[in-house]
Amino acid sequence: MLTIEGLHVETHGKEILHGVNLHIDAGETHALFGPNGSGKTTLLMAIMGFPRYQITQGRITFKGQDITHASLDERARLGIGMSFQRPPVVRGVKTRDMVRACLGAREDEAAIATLAERLNMGDLMDREINYGFSGGEIKRSELLQLLAQRPDLVLLDEPESGVDLVNIALIGQMINELLQKEQKRNRTRAGLIITHTGHILDYVNASKGYVLLNGVVTCERDAHECLDTIKKNGYEGCVKCQK
Amino acid sequence: MSKVVRSSKSRELAEKALEKKAALGEDIDIAKYSSTAEEHVYQEKPSELPAEDKAQLMKVGVTLDDASQRSGTFVQMDRSVVHSSATEEGVEVLPITKALEKYDWLQDYWWHAVSVDQDKFTAHAEIDLQNGYFIRALPGAKVVYPVQACLYLAHKNLAQKVHNIIIAEEGSELHIITGCATHPMNASGLHIGISEFYIKRGAKVTFTMIHNWAPEIEVRPRSGAILEEGAVFLSNYVCMKPVRSLQMYPVARCNGENAIVRFNTILVALPGSTLDTGSRVLLNAKGSRAEIVARTITTGGTIISRGYIAGSAPEVKGHLECRGLILSERGIIHAIPELKGEVAGVDLSHEAAVGKIAEEEVEYLMSRGLSRDAATAMIVRGFLHVDIEGLPPELAEELKRAVEVSGKDLF
Repeated sequence: MLTIEGLHVETHGKEILHGVNLHIDAGETHALFGPNGSGKTTLLMAIMGFPRYQITQGRITFKGQDITHASLDERARLGIGMSFQRPPVVRGVKTRDMVRACLGAREDEAAIATLAERLNMGDLMDREINYGFSGGEIKRSELLQLLAQRPDLVLLDEPESGVDLVNIALIGQMINELLQKEQKRNRTRAGLIITHTGHILDYVNASKGYVLLNGVVTCERDAHECLDTIKKNGYEGCVKCQK
Repeated sequence: MSKVVRSSKSRELAEKALEKKAALGEDIDIAKYSSTAEEHVYQEKPSELPAEDKAQLMKVGVTLDDASQRSGTFVQMDRSVVHSSATEEGVEVLPITKALEKYDWLQDYWWHAVSVDQDKFTAHAEIDLQNGYFIRALPGAKVVYPVQACLYLAHKNLAQKVHNIIIAEEGSELHIITGCATHPMNASGLHIGISEFYIKRGAKVTFTMIHNWAPEIEVRPRSGAILEEGAVFLSNYVCMKPVRSLQMYPVARCNGENAIVRFNTILVALPGSTLDTGSRVLLNAKGSRAEIVARTITTGGTIISRGYIAGSAPEVKGHLECRGLILSERGIIHAIPELKGEVAGVDLSHEAAVGKIAEEEVEYLMSRGLSRDAATAMIVRGFLHVDIEGLPPELAEELKRAVEVSGKDLF
C-alpha cells in the first residue's frame, strides 16, 4: 500500500531525514520507535504531505500512485489520514464540524451521534476543536475524526501520550477498529504508529517495528522484539543488536 | 414633523449642537442630504408591502409575509411608518410620535440614555424628528416571540432621522430583531438612528440588529441603555454588507446591582467601507457584569473596533474580546480595547488579536480532505460564529442564519 524509497526531507532549511526506506502492505500495522528529535514526526508529516516538510529526494508511492508531489488535501482524499500529537486549536470550529468535514459526502447526523457516543465524546462535540482539551480528549477527538474519515492508511503520532490507563484501552479499541483488526483476513487498511513507550502495542498489534535514529532507519524487525531490545539496551543497543 | 410638543429644553440644547462634530468618525455635512421624501402608504397588513422591499427586509431578519413567529412588527420607510402592530399580550409597538401623544410620561425617557447635544446627529434627530419606534413590554410580561422592527431607506439622498425608545418594565422579557436596509436602487443616503433602552428591575432585553446598507450610505446610530437592578441586556450587531461609513459607540449603564450586559458585534469591512464601532459598558453598581465580544473581518475596508468597560463599584466583572481577521492584502483593523477600574475589587480583562488565518489551522483541516478554499471558509464561518449565552435558541438560530445569508459571498 505504501512504499517509501530513499526519502530525504527537510524542514526550515535543515535536512531531517536522510534516505528512509519503508514498505507497508494492506492489512499491516508497523510501529516507529526512536528518541526525541530522530525524525519520526517529520516522516509522518512528509507522508501526509505537509508543505513545511519538503521532500528533496526519493519517492512515496501510495496504492500504486506516485504521490511524492501530491498536495496535502489530495493525499487525504486518496485515503491517508493522520492522528496528530498536538493538533492546533481552531476557534469557532466545533468538533462536530470537523467530524462532518471528515465524513464529507457521507455526512450523516445519526452516524456522528453513534460515533461520538462510542468514543465517550458527547460533551466534546459542541466544543471548539482542541480548545482546552485534555491530552486524552485530543486523542479521542483525533480518532473520532479518523473513524469518520475512514482512511486506508492511518498515521498515528503517539496515540497514547497523555492518556490515562482507563482510556488507553478505549483508544486501543478504536485504533483496532480503524485498522480492521477484528478481521482476520482481507484487511484493506494499514497503519504506521509512532510510539515512545510502546504501551499502545499492548492493545494494538503491530507486526514490524523500525527504529529511527538521526534521520535514518537503523533497525527493522518484529515490532515486539524491537521494543523489548530497546527496553533492555536502549535505542543504541537496538542498533548494535541488529548488526 | 411631529405634532407633539416636546420639551423646549431639548430643542434649545439641540439647536446649539446642530454644527457640533461627532467625537469619532468622519464628519458629515448633513446639509448635502435631503430631509424630505415622498410619503409611503400605510399598510394594515405588512405582507402587502412591495415585493422587492420585502425581499430586502428578509435579508435582515424581518419577515413580513409570515409574521406568526413575531409578537409585533414595525416598518418605517424613509420618513413614513408603513406598518406598526403588536400581536402578543403584554407588548406595545407604536410609532414614537404616536407614543409621545399617548403617554405624557414618555417625556421622562426622551434623551435620558443618550444626550440630545452629544453631536450634530443627535441634534438633527431632535430638530427634524421623522419617526421611530416605541416598543414596550408591560410589567412581568414574558413576550415569547420577538418584535421585529425595520428602518428602510428608499428615497435617494435622504437623511433619515429616527428616534426609538425601548422599555422593558419590571420583570418583563422582550426580544427585538431590528433590520436596517436600503432599497436596491437607492444609491446614497444618511441614516441617523437614536435608540434608548430602559431595562427595569429584573427585566431582560435581547436586541439583535442587522444592517444591510449600500456602498454609498452613511450611518450614525446613537444608542444608550440604562439597566436597573438584576436587569439583563444582550445586544447583537451584525454588519457584513458594504456601507460607506458607519460610526457608533453605544453605551450601557449598569446602574442597578447585578445587572448584566453583553455586546456581540460581527463586522465585515469590504473595500470602500469604513466601520468605526464599539461598545461601552459602565459598571456603576455592585456585582454588575459586562462582556463585549467583537469579531471583525476586513476584505479591504477599514475597521476600528473599540471597546470600553469601566468599573466604578465593587465586585464588578468585565471582559472584552476583540478579534480581527485580515483576509486581503489591503484592509485595516485597529482594535482599541480599554479598561478603567475606579475602585478596588473590580475584575476587568481583555484579549485582542488581529491577523491572518493561521496556516497551521488551514492545513489541519486540509489533512481531513478539505480543499484550501473549503478549509478557509470553514475557519471564517467558525470565526464569525459567536455562541451567545442567554439568547433563546430560535433567536440564536436566526442570528446564525442572518450571518450566513450576509456572508454568503464571503465564503
